[in-house]
Amino acid sequence: MPDTMQTGDVTATGDPARPEKGTSLWKDALHRLAKNRLAVGGAVFLAMLGVIALATPWIAPYVYDAQDLKLGASAPSADHWLGTDRLGRDLLTRILYGGRISLMVGFAATGVSLLVGVLYGAIAGYTGGRTDSVMMRTVDIMYALPFTIFVVILMVFFGRNMMLLFLAIGAVQWLTMARIVRGQVMSLKQADFVDAAVVLGYSRRRIITRHIIPNVLGPVIVYTTLTIPNVMLLEAFLSFLGLGVQPPMSSWGVLIKEGADVMEEYPWMLLFPSLALSATLFALNFLGDGLRDALDPRAAKD
Amino acid sequence: MPLLEVNDLRTWFYTRNGTVRAVDGVSFHVEPGETLGIVGESGSGKSVANLSYLGLIPSPPGKIVSGSAHFDGLDLVKAPAGVLRSIRGKRISMIFQDPMTALNPYMTVGNQVMEPLLVHEEVARSEAAERAGQMLDAVGLQDASGEEAHMRAYPHQLSGGMRQRVMIAMALVTNPQLLVADEPTTALDVTVQAQILALIKKMQERLGTAVILITHNLGVIAGTCDRVVVMYAGRIMESAPTRELFYSPRHPYTRALMDSMPSAKSPGEDLYTIPGLPPELTSEIVGCPFAPRCAHAVDACRQRPAVLKPVGPEHQTACTRVQEGGL
Repeated sequence: MPDTMQTGDVTATGDPARPEKGTSLWKDALHRLAKNRLAVGGAVFLAMLGVIALATPWIAPYVYDAQDLKLGASAPSADHWLGTDRLGRDLLTRILYGGRISLMVGFAATGVSLLVGVLYGAIAGYTGGRTDSVMMRTVDIMYALPFTIFVVILMVFFGRNMMLLFLAIGAVQWLTMARIVRGQVMSLKQADFVDAAVVLGYSRRRIITRHIIPNVLGPVIVYTTLTIPNVMLLEAFLSFLGLGVQPPMSSWGVLIKEGADVMEEYPWMLLFPSLALSATLFALNFLGDGLRDALDPRAAKD
Repeated sequence: MPLLEVNDLRTWFYTRNGTVRAVDGVSFHVEPGETLGIVGESGSGKSVANLSYLGLIPSPPGKIVSGSAHFDGLDLVKAPAGVLRSIRGKRISMIFQDPMTALNPYMTVGNQVMEPLLVHEEVARSEAAERAGQMLDAVGLQDASGEEAHMRAYPHQLSGGMRQRVMIAMALVTNPQLLVADEPTTALDVTVQAQILALIKKMQERLGTAVILITHNLGVIAGTCDRVVVMYAGRIMESAPTRELFYSPRHPYTRALMDSMPSAKSPGEDLYTIPGLPPELTSEIVGCPFAPRCAHAVDACRQRPAVLKPVGPEHQTACTRVQEGGL
């Protein structure tokens, strides 16, 4: 389910043994976040979306692949609130089921890219020297691999399944994250407070997880809110190629694609899935902005 | 027995433009509880000398070419990184020049002062919090509202002087035997400078910590140090008890420094400056490094190596002319 503390997981997993669970940075941030109405609204919306996605099999008005060929594509009505597609399948049901896939892909693949990208970038940037060169040249090489071929190879080798789809998309998205984090970490490494931490005899791991990563959270969060929609669209692209979600299963990306093809005849088929995606992205952006401000103590007004 | 005894330390930087002999044969010692001043202009190697034995020289390009630094019987130069790390922040602490950037902007002051205790003494969080609170009180961080507000403050909410107090609290919370203060007051207002120096003095008396005070300000030295080491071009020019250094400086460089102090002149008079520039450290200097700028230099000064030799009780100078009684 869409967890409101996606970014929190990264630092927490980075240092499982730390005794000061829930440092005051997080407590303070939560406190400040609670004051930001847009961010709270975004979080509530995403939480609701999560609950709906979990409950879909029980609350969906129809079965997602139940066809009604006599009905065909029909405009919204009392029976089908959001209308039906050309095979007479209920659009609301398909949006609900599609949302499950899109949210899962969006959050899981972004989670993979966050975890791998932040740690990889932080280690490369902090270690520097030859290690950094080797790590970043590896990233360059992976950048150069055409994404589609990469995914096709993965699918051919390991067969088609959802987990692999997450991994494949995450494996592409973490590259940019690693670059962003590495750049930030390299400039932070020069910061006096990092020198001070070295002077005080803190371990490298502690310096990275407690002193450097919290300082790069701002750009990371902003980039994360940009990554999630990207990932959802990538999934639609893969599904279009037949590498992602298979019909009759659907996702928002697939529904939008289908709707775009027939938007002049049946505009509702484009409108409603797009609305669902846009609303989710808005909520994500509000929450992301709020989190970024809340996590920066200097931005606090009180 | 000295707490720290540095012997013939050489730290060189191997750069693209040649080998920079930043520290070239430096020896000094610190007794328990005393304050040693290290004075010198920018680039004289005073910071590098101290960072070297703490294992804080970036390598490459830096390398400790020779020398030893015995701290309580252990040679820090040869000690493995892990051992050094357990000493830094626990038995030897350091404070920096610029308190505006030396604190983590994302951590509360309380957490930052507690951290050395959590890392080095593995005490419970509650105990660390209590000791950090006491230490913040001791360094005079005023607690306006009661309720430990200073513990929960973020660095950006504090002034420069208050942040330097936090730095001092962080450095001293583990009760170290030696505090290395690298230009601790340079970035502060003059009035705050005096407060911070008084605070270091007070904490030193209370905890019995030895202090190495690195500065380019002779006024700071005069007010706080027991002994002074004068550095120039990576070497020690003169070493003496503070009173003696100020009343009877022997080395021409030390005398030139004293003459350069604005207080040495009456108002309206031109200030004295030493002619010339410090030497390039990329080529080896055979004679006395100050000879090209020295008013008393003779040919021999440029050819014979200048070695630190005693010229009085506890008073050493590297000037060969002084050693031979010529000055």
